Amino acid sequence: MTSYTPPAEGTRKLGLVIDLDTCVGCHACAVNCKEWNTSGHSAPLTDLAPYSRDASGVWFNRVHAFEAGSGEDSRTVHFPRSCLHCEEPACVSVCPTGASYKRAEDGIVLVNADTCIGCKLCSWACPYGAREFDEEDGVMKKCTLCVDKIYNENLPEEDRVPACVSTCPANARHFGDLGDPDSSVSRMVAERGGVELMPELGYKPVNRYLPPRPKKTGCGSGKSAALEPAFDPAAMHPALRWLDRILTR
Amino acid sequence: MHPAFSVIVFTTASGAGYGLLALAGLLFALGVLPPQRGFGLCVLGLGTILVTGGLLASTSHLGRPERAWRAITQVRTSWLSREAVAALLAYIPIAIFGIGWVMLGRADRPVLIAALATPVLAVVTVHCTAMIYRSLKPVHQWCNGHVVPVYHVLAVLTGALLLNALLHLWGGQSQLVALIAILAAALGAALKARYWRFVDTTRAASTPETATGLSGMGKVRLLEPPHTGSNYLMREMGFHVARRHAVKLRRIVQIAAFAIPLALLILASLAPPIPAVFAAVIAAVSGLAGTLVERRLFFAEAKHSVTLYYGADAA
Repeated sequence: MTSYTPPAEGTRKLGLVIDLDTCVGCHACAVNCKEWNTSGHSAPLTDLAPYSRDASGVWFNRVHAFEAGSGEDSRTVHFPRSCLHCEEPACVSVCPTGASYKRAEDGIVLVNADTCIGCKLCSWACPYGAREFDEEDGVMKKCTLCVDKIYNENLPEEDRVPACVSTCPANARHFGDLGDPDSSVSRMVAERGGVELMPELGYKPVNRYLPPRPKKTGCGSGKSAALEPAFDPAAMHPALRWLDRILTR
Repeated sequence: MHPAFSVIVFTTASGAGYGLLALAGLLFALGVLPPQRGFGLCVLGLGTILVTGGLLASTSHLGRPERAWRAITQVRTSWLSREAVAALLAYIPIAIFGIGWVMLGRADRPVLIAALATPVLAVVTVHCTAMIYRSLKPVHQWCNGHVVPVYHVLAVLTGALLLNALLHLWGGQSQLVALIAILAAALGAALKARYWRFVDTTRAASTPETATGLSGMGKVRLLEPPHTGSNYLMREMGFHVARRHAVKLRRIVQIAAFAIPLALLILASLAPPIPAVFAAVIAAVSGLAGTLVERRLFFAEAKHSVTLYYGADAA
């Protein structure tokens, strides 16, 4: 059903917390996402003309790089972008068929590929560009939060996290229940001042982004920045100079 | 936003069709229109063709057109679903009105009720179409109070121009229809001017800073896009499409959709019958062509907030 009751306080809100301080922009999350999901719930993630110059395909996760600030204080920020599993998902309410839905039990937003008519209105309604149309299948596709991985009892427990999270070499991606204020992800958001994207639109995204930590100035140790004096034999005591010559032989 | 041909044709054709059917129903009930069954066939036939053709055109942009029937199920939340239901419901009074007028030649109570119900459902359908765009918060140029009135006025304008042309072709003339078209053209010109002023002088609340959550660090610029090629988002929501020539196209809209019909309608009401027919027909063609350009611009000038992730500095 397209319409849904907003989740009560304390219900599970599964989502991601992405640390923009540690993300190195390696695109491993995007690649592993593609690899898992092209045989997962919304498979395949079709590529059109994959070996040509005009290659174009469906991805659930894309990594942008931005420059923020100016001059000495400017920073390069790598920015992975995927579905934020909003609490007020307009992509769900605009859907004319009910193919788009938000799960009551954990808040994951999914598309039923059997009832989607491919009208694309949900992709227009999403301000974040989370939905991509599969021209081959004629239906809309989007991040599933790896719903077929996180509940998969055939996998070892530590692997039951979204593919983007398990693959991140910089530990910049975290998965958990943002509806539980005591979960590790919620604590991380509280400590680091995690932000939601485009809050002005009122979609109430569940995913949070941790802003880059303030830039450090000077040397990392905080002690004097003075270096060791350069080695200069001419300035040495003659006896030491002789010793140095003997020892370098 | 990518101006999909099928959607532009759909909104223009169905708008004109509903405008024509609505005015036909209203003016038939008031006894203003020629009562001949042949005229009824021309008016209601053209209106039904435009509405149906428009609806069929809109299904051609679906990825799975064979499932289109599913779109009538979510009226509680979806304007697209409401539009589909309203469009289907509108066929009921149109059919009764048409059978009564064209096939039975009657103007009794049931036919008059159907004739009066036609404009109600036509207005509801056009309203739902407009609300699909009006309700999309990521598109500043759509999510504003100027959009819905323009859709309604353009539907009335194109419908009145068509009815006026058909009246002239039928050898008749109605000052009331011409007056409705003239007023709609003047109102349309004013509303579009107001819409463009709004678009030019306001900006979306979303910026690259709010889109990335990096407001605290100063100005945010795209350094590297995620990939070198294109993708669905860039093609569908891309901001590079057809915004060139916007100023010229706006002028074409003002001239073709509003100024030419306005002038020709005044001319037609003063001219002798034969030139008046030409003037009325050209006015209708010009109005429809201008509306097509207006719809194209409505899409081309709309910037989706996702463009902020692909280098746009404002949406």
